[in-house]
Amino acid sequence: MIIVAYIFFGLGVLFNIMGNIGVLVFPDVYTRLQASSTCTTTSVLSILIGCILYAGWGPISGRLVVIALFFFVTNPISAHIIARFAWQSGIVPWRRTHSRRQEPGAEDD
Amino acid sequence: MALVLQYLVYFLIASSLLSMVRVVIGPSVADRMIGLNLVAAQTLAILVVVAVAADRSIYLDVALVYDIFGFVGILVLARYFTEKGEGL
Repeated sequence: MIIVAYIFFGLGVLFNIMGNIGVLVFPDVYTRLQASSTCTTTSVLSILIGCILYAGWGPISGRLVVIALFFFVTNPISAHIIARFAWQSGIVPWRRTHSRRQEPGAEDD
Repeated sequence: MALVLQYLVYFLIASSLLSMVRVVIGPSVADRMIGLNLVAAQTLAILVVVAVAADRSIYLDVALVYDIFGFVGILVLARYFTEKGEGL
């Protein structure tokens, strides 16, 4: 059981490194938000599952299940709030070729 | 404290300090909110790992309340900057 917990800790560390590199490297608000949201949710949930397996059956694992469910609900909601705020404040999504830039909401909304 | 959990806490602290770079240099308000969300999630992981390493179940209540306040903080910041009208 401890070995499986260590494997989940390693997965959490790996996803955390990938999310931090994405947030530091990516060129736009939306791409950074994608890296941050997916990698942080997966990383923290992996660390929480590893802590559940590490602690064993008891009051600690029960409260960890509650924290994991709450985090699994609220972190995508806060990412969606940030994305909606960025879209309503008029930030144009990044494109590779600058000649094909279009206004937000011109064709696809 | 077990050695693996101790190094995990050190790694998460270093990763949170690396995420604060985006909060400092972010060109818009939404970038800084992304950085704050990232730091809040990693701080939640630090609190959980410290609670499991110390084998105290009362520390996990602090982690749960921190998670709730992080979510409400992002919500309040988005609402405030929407009404203020300073997105970029």
